[in-house]
Amino acid sequence: MAIVGLGLETELRLGLPGGGGGVSCLVEKNEKKRVFSDISGDQNNEPKTVNKSQVVGWPPVCSYRRKNSFKGDEGSKMYMKVSMDGAPFLRKIDLSTHKNYLDLVLALDNLFGCFGIGEALKNSENSDYVLIYEDKDGDWMLAGDVPWEMFSESCKRLRIKKRVDAKGIGLHAKDLLKGISNGE
Amino acid sequence: MRSFQSMLNYFPEEVLEHVFDFLTSHRDRNAVSLVCKSWYTVERFSREKVFIGNCYAISPERLISRFPRVRSLTLKGKPHFADFNLVPHDWGGYVQPWIESMAKGGVNLEELRLKRMLVSDESLELLANFFPNFKSLVLVSCEGFTTDGLAAIASNCRFLRELDLQEIEVEDRRGQWLSCFPDSCTSLVSLNFACLKGEVNLASLERLVARCRNLRSLRVNHAVPIDALQRILMQAPQLVDLGTGSFGQDPDSDSYNKLETAMQQCTSITSLSGFLEVVTARCLPAVYPICRHLTSLNLSYAAGIYSDELVKLIRHCNKLERLLVLDTIGDKGLGVVASTCKELQELRVFPSDIHGGNAAVTEEGLVAISAGCPKLNSILYFCQQMTNAALIMVAKNCPNFIRFRLATLNPTIPDAVTMQPLDEGFGAIVKSCKGLKRLSVSGLLTDQLFLYIGIYAEQLEMLSIAFAGDSDKGMFYVLNGCKKLKKLEIRDSPFGDVALLEDMGKYETMRSLWMSSCEVTLGACKTLAQKMPRLNVEIINDSDQMEASDDDKQRVEKMYLYRTLVGPRKDAPDFVWTL
Repeated sequence: MAIVGLGLETELRLGLPGGGGGVSCLVEKNEKKRVFSDISGDQNNEPKTVNKSQVVGWPPVCSYRRKNSFKGDEGSKMYMKVSMDGAPFLRKIDLSTHKNYLDLVLALDNLFGCFGIGEALKNSENSDYVLIYEDKDGDWMLAGDVPWEMFSESCKRLRIKKRVDAKGIGLHAKDLLKGISNGE
Repeated sequence: MRSFQSMLNYFPEEVLEHVFDFLTSHRDRNAVSLVCKSWYTVERFSREKVFIGNCYAISPERLISRFPRVRSLTLKGKPHFADFNLVPHDWGGYVQPWIESMAKGGVNLEELRLKRMLVSDESLELLANFFPNFKSLVLVSCEGFTTDGLAAIASNCRFLRELDLQEIEVEDRRGQWLSCFPDSCTSLVSLNFACLKGEVNLASLERLVARCRNLRSLRVNHAVPIDALQRILMQAPQLVDLGTGSFGQDPDSDSYNKLETAMQQCTSITSLSGFLEVVTARCLPAVYPICRHLTSLNLSYAAGIYSDELVKLIRHCNKLERLLVLDTIGDKGLGVVASTCKELQELRVFPSDIHGGNAAVTEEGLVAISAGCPKLNSILYFCQQMTNAALIMVAKNCPNFIRFRLATLNPTIPDAVTMQPLDEGFGAIVKSCKGLKRLSVSGLLTDQLFLYIGIYAEQLEMLSIAFAGDSDKGMFYVLNGCKKLKKLEIRDSPFGDVALLEDMGKYETMRSLWMSSCEVTLGACKTLAQKMPRLNVEIINDSDQMEASDDDKQRVEKMYLYRTLVGPRKDAPDFVWTL
């Protein structure tokens, strides 16, 4: 059966389009399509099992169910440690109770307020602090780059660093605030 | 011929109206209103139940002006993928303008059903105070309100029959909302607060249940322990649907005996859910006596029930028509379902561990179910792996699927045995299931599958695609072939401008199209918006990935378009651009 449209003629048959089979065909496809592995930051184009926890919204389970019916570390609470340069002890914060970066920053302000972090984060240019987090891969990332949902799914711990210690890396608290002002 | 024609013209309106009363589906009523002007007029004055699948397709004012006698309204807000955190919370879908307009317009609202809408306490207060005959509130996957709003409903809706909350995060204000039902409230038929996190006053609950003699459906939350549940059941042996709450204590033998007695009294229960915190399985046998009458069983939040106890329970349920479980049931457990539940029509198997882990079901469980349950017509199946052979077998065993949704935990996994794409398997499903209305596909998939879908899925109304396809051809096959398509949602697939713009008129025959992380550019979206004034083409720019500069070549991260009669919406937040 021929399908005419977009100037294409195709026919129904079993097997992969383009003939041939096996790995070479799959690799060819992977070059054309935006593979799952690309999203998870894998530079290799080989098809393989990938780190599924890095993609927002997969498996497609609604967020209520995500928080309430899973065993293990996904649980209903997402407590993680927050450390702050200069503070004598760490705190813990439950990420699942916050909806966006603004919410989080306000909560951190409450936790560490006496050290002036809230004030600092509001005055972007004069900010003495940056907020960074450790993700599932163990890398330290600047908070605010990715959508809130992606952040909360991959964040393992938080750290409020003094800006002076982070100099030269091009970190700008205004990036975090841009995320906040977009109502994330 | 002429005289017959004139006879029809003199057909009294009351008769027409009476005939239309028998039309319950909104689709039938929509069809009838297109026949002629007088039928349109009679129909619009007699319609009491209105369904609006996209709250932005029409405005509250036009609703009221066309259907002034509306008593029951169903509204849906956010696109489906909002369930999976792909849509920011404040994207839209506010119910407030609808309630305000209906209050102003003197609508005698009795029933409101909302899905994925933003509902504020203020909205609930308005609802409770302006509609004296308000009877039924059903909220699914909504957000934005607290227990204060519930308190307003409880306090003021004198004839409330139904309060049903499903899968909602409600902020708990500790105001004892349940205690706000006045002593004069005896009209409740259905009360579902299983999803609430906060405490409720147990004594108030027991008194409420005792005085509502018509109560048929009761689903309590985790804060109701077994001994309270037992007392409640003794007051309500007429229950048909029960949500058990935590069921989590480890009761002493006296409490257990009382529970058993209470359960034995409830001979009408046909639907069971809950078990939110079962820690030890010792109380489960108390439920066995009602199992043989059950037609619906939802254990999908029962993370504390292990596989063998689950299976023991299910062995008693031979009348089940609807089963929701976690994948801890395993392939073996599904085999037991297949041999026990011969009446099964709907099955949903949810993942218990988001990372896959050691549990999870495979294609074996699915094949077993398809072989044992010939009446199966609806499935949602999260699995570790799948094969074409299995799907082909399932298609052969169960040609009656109306809904078929499969999600592999790794979204691009190929056939576990042959390492081929899963095109042939899903192709067999669409070819065999001529009545298929809803399909979600998953795994390694090429354009070939979409060719099959376009050719065979003639009744398909909703299609969900993720990480699939090779080129624009895939999307084109679907849009060109599926004549009844209403909703198409696509993420992370290589479909771009050519496919998007090939048949722009198609989108006016559909409710909506969602595309995220595809290859569509800003320029193409603008073109579409310009050529099709009756579509709203919205770009969601929630992580500032798009520059405000008009670079038409930049890829659009999230696009949502839908047909509408009322133009661009006025409540779009900053990060939503309507082109």
